Parts: sequence; C-alpha cells; structure tokens
Amino acid sequence: MPRIFACIEHKAGVADDSAAELAAAAKRIDAAQVPVAVVAGWGPGLDAVCEALRPAYSEIWRIADRALAHPDAEPLRKALASVLPRGSIVLVPHAHFGVDLSPGLSIKLDAAFVSDVLQIEGAEGAWLKVVRQEFGGQVSAHVRCDISSGAVINIRPGAFRPLESANAAGRVVDQSARIGDLTVRRRYLETVASETGGVDISKEPVLVSIGRGIQAQENVAIAEELAAAMGGAVSCSRPVVDAKWDKSRQVGSSGCTVKPRVYLACGISGSFQHLVGIKGNPLVVAINKNPKAPIFRAADVGIVDDILEFLPALTDRIREQ
Amino acid sequence: MEILVCVKRVPDTSENEIEINAEGNDIERDDLVYSINEPDNYAVEEALRMVERAGGIVTVATVGGEDDEEVLRREMAMGAKQAALLSDESFDGSDARGIATVLKGFVQKGKYDLVLTGVQAEDGGAQVGGMLAAMLDYPFASLVTGIEALDGRKLKITREIEGGNKEIYEIDLPCVLSIQTGINEPRYVGMRGIRQVASVPISALGAADLGVEDGAVGAAAARVKRLDYFVPPAGKGAEMLSGGRAEIIDRLIELLKARGGLQ
Repeated sequence: MPRIFACIEHKAGVADDSAAELAAAAKRIDAAQVPVAVVAGWGPGLDAVCEALRPAYSEIWRIADRALAHPDAEPLRKALASVLPRGSIVLVPHAHFGVDLSPGLSIKLDAAFVSDVLQIEGAEGAWLKVVRQEFGGQVSAHVRCDISSGAVINIRPGAFRPLESANAAGRVVDQSARIGDLTVRRRYLETVASETGGVDISKEPVLVSIGRGIQAQENVAIAEELAAAMGGAVSCSRPVVDAKWDKSRQVGSSGCTVKPRVYLACGISGSFQHLVGIKGNPLVVAINKNPKAPIFRAADVGIVDDILEFLPALTDRIREQ
Repeated sequence: MEILVCVKRVPDTSENEIEINAEGNDIERDDLVYSINEPDNYAVEEALRMVERAGGIVTVATVGGEDDEEVLRREMAMGAKQAALLSDESFDGSDARGIATVLKGFVQKGKYDLVLTGVQAEDGGAQVGGMLAAMLDYPFASLVTGIEALDGRKLKITREIEGGNKEIYEIDLPCVLSIQTGINEPRYVGMRGIRQVASVPISALGAADLGVEDGAVGAAAARVKRLDYFVPPAGKGAEMLSGGRAEIIDRLIELLKARGGLQ
C-alpha cells in the first residue's frame, strides 16, 4: 500500500477540523499505517499547527516559505509536486482550497483524482472503492479508483468522524529545502471580507430560508410575511443569491453559518454546501414539492408541498392564533 | 480576446427528479429534460461580456455525441461565434482526465487567450478545468465570481471562499478559470434565437483531428470508474407530515411551539 499524505488547512496557528477527519479517512484506506501530514505556510503560527497534529500523524512535513504565507493553491501545487513521492495517496479537504489545488495536482503527480468523497469502502489490489454523490446529492455512486500510480482524493468536510484516541507522537520533518522554485503566474492580492447587510442571520433564532422553489423575486414577500409572523428573518440558499438577492442572507459554506432554534428550509434542495452552514442542532423543517429532495434526509420534519401555496397558508394560520 | 468556453449537456435537476434504473448502473434517462450545465452558461455569458468590451470572439466546445449539439446551438444563440463538437468512439467511457486530454488537444489547435469552464457539472466533480490547466501548464483559478481585464495580458479575478469572503488575484493570460454561478445574469435565449443559428455549421473533430493518442482516453485509460448508482441512505430521516394541508399546518405549529419557533 502506498504512503498516505494529508494536506492540512490551517488559519492563525490552528489546524482546520478537517485535519482530524483526513486522518480518519486515511485509516479507512489502510488501517495499518498512520498517515503523514503536510503543513505549508509561513510565520509564527506554522509550528503550533505542526505540534497540534503530532497525536494523529506519524510525521508532519513542515513546508515554510514566504510564497505560502497565504493559502495559495498555485505555489503549493508546485511545492507538493516537488516534495511528494510519486505513487503516494494524497488526501485534501474538498473545500474552496481543495477545489483549486487538487485536480491540477493529480496531473502534476501523474496520479488518479477522485473528487468529493463521502465514504471509503476499502482497497483491493490496485483499486480503491469509494462513495460519491451526483446531481446535487439526489443519488449516490460507488466509484473505483486505480491507485497503482497514486491518487489525489478530495474528502468531503464532515463526512469522516475523527478517530477517538490517537497517540502517534509524530515527528516534525522540515521539507522546506526541497520545494524548489515557487514562481507562479497567479499572484494573491488580498482577501475581501463579506459585506454584512441590515440583518445578521447568524444571530436570528428563527429562519425562514428560501431556495430555488421561490421561483421569482416577487415571491420573496411570501417568506418575509411568514418570518414576520414567526418573529424571525429570511435567509436563503445559493440559487437565490445568484438571482441577485442579498449575499449576506446566504446560508452555507460560501455564505453564513447560522445557529437558530428553528430552520424552515423552503424550496431548498439541500446540497451539502448549504447544510454545513446550519449548526447548533435546530429543528429543521423542510418544505419541498420534490419528495426525493436531499433536504428530506437532513431535516427533522418534512412536508411535500409547493411553498408558494404552503407558506401563505401557514402565515394565515399563525396570524389567526 | 479569443475565449474558449468548455460546456456540457446534463440532466436538468431543477426540472427532473433523478431516479435510478432497474439495473442500478445508470440513472433513468428516458424522460429526462437535458439542458446546458448551469455554471457553464454563466461562463459563456461572462465570455460574451468580455468580448463585447474588448473585442474578440467566443468559441464553445463540448466532448460528446450528436445529442450534445443542442447545447452548442443554444450557446451560439447567446452569441458564441464558433462551436466545436469533440466526438469520437475512442472518447467513450473517458474519466475526467480523459475529457481534459481531449480538450487539451482542441485548445492546442487554436490561439485562445482564455479558457473558461463552469465550476462543476451536475454529474461531475469540479475537476476538468484544473486538470486541463495543469496539462497545458497554464495558471488556474476555480470558483471565479468576478473578472476584470488589466493592461498587459493580465486579469484581476475574484474567487469565492468560505464565509462569504472573497480572494482577489492577478493572473496572467493564457489561463483557465472555472466560473461560479452568480457571476452575472445570463441573457435570455428564446426559441427564435435558437432557430436563427439552426443552420450555422458546427465543426466536428475526432481523435485524429485533435492529436489525441489511442490509450490516452476512453474506458481503458480511465483510472476512475463509476460502478453503480444507489439511493443514498435516509440518514436520521425526516418525520414526514401527511394529510390535508390544514391538518399538516396545525401539526407543524405544535412542533414549532415545542421548539421555541413560535410564541
């Protein structure tokens, strides 16, 4: 079995939650080995991240370079292509950074690539069998991947439960001298923080959240009336923002994380990018006219109905009381 | 500016409930409505806006068969001036790497300043654009939500990251960008527009035209292969409320009250 490496995302001296999840995913590929963490960056936080990973990883490959001060996939891909042994299995969190890094990395390493893996069923000879989803989570698929020339595997955040006990006492190995020239033709300029609108949905106890099922801008009023009747606010999923509604109201990985008591998902299909934005174990009520919508697998209460008819009826009934 | 946009025809999930066929080896395709993959349409719109500002032409290409021509026509009705159908029996069963290999062959036949893809296909993994860039040794950025042309063959681009934040980069041309939905508002295409381009020729190119070698694409070269489809496990599963609408609403109100969602 090839050696397994995990690319660690970190910020301000703290490893991302995905670091422990990648260690758990590695165990599913090969229970007999403890994986190697790769930590790239620059500045004082780097050593703290390496130290924190020692229980879960056999080695921590530390890569320090000024070009990696911001998590920038282009120079990191070059560094990894120099440092990683050919034939390795490389695990990367399937988030905004991994989407930038991994497909190209697989080409540079001449390795196979599998995107957004939810489960790993195990390896048999040259084949690794994994589970993915397609069509916005409506169907799952078993996928097999030829790992004989190595593989880059993007792991869905939150899909693997971290191992409970880990005491690998891994050693930190500095690999900075091996990364070669990191000159690239894409230059990081700045990060722009999200604009907050008049309503901060992360603080609202009740959210009436709307998705594609709202159909048209003029229908947003239906949700606003229900939110007013319930004493909450309106939030939304990505397609509603794409239709030029307020970005600060978007729930999900590229929007806001919310922690209400009650979350009404109205006409929202329930992609994982949306669901990861809902925290704090609220009562999730899904209303969707498609009985197969993935949201019904994540919700506590499900109602198959057209929100354009259901929401006004619910508003009226609440007002009567 | 010469811009290539790589597009794909996919089952439209906003129009269809996706079901698995009896054999479990594919989705039930008989009654599906197909359309252009949504992010690809945003990519074409962005390309059109760029050439409207700076001059140039937009070419659209897809890897597939005769059925896939309809999405090329649709994007030509939007304003793409050229279209290419990359089609060959030897491409059948290709994985993402195989598709990127075919596209690489097409890119190298032209002189494109910029190559765009949608961020992800409905049935894909957000991977072909990044692979294509690496094969061409072009710089790459994914999840792009803004493009601004700069002097000296450079672009200033915005990429979406977590928490509603954005990263700004400067990137040299030629490059590959994968476009996120919401970057613009794609223009409407009516039946009339599609009829107007119905007879515009679409070039068809095969493996020999593209210099794609046997063994580099197709099922035999695929390192990643889907074995089956299955219905995802229900998880904890929602308590489905059934009955008449009034009955459902009364039950829902009780549940909401119990959890502090209503006073």
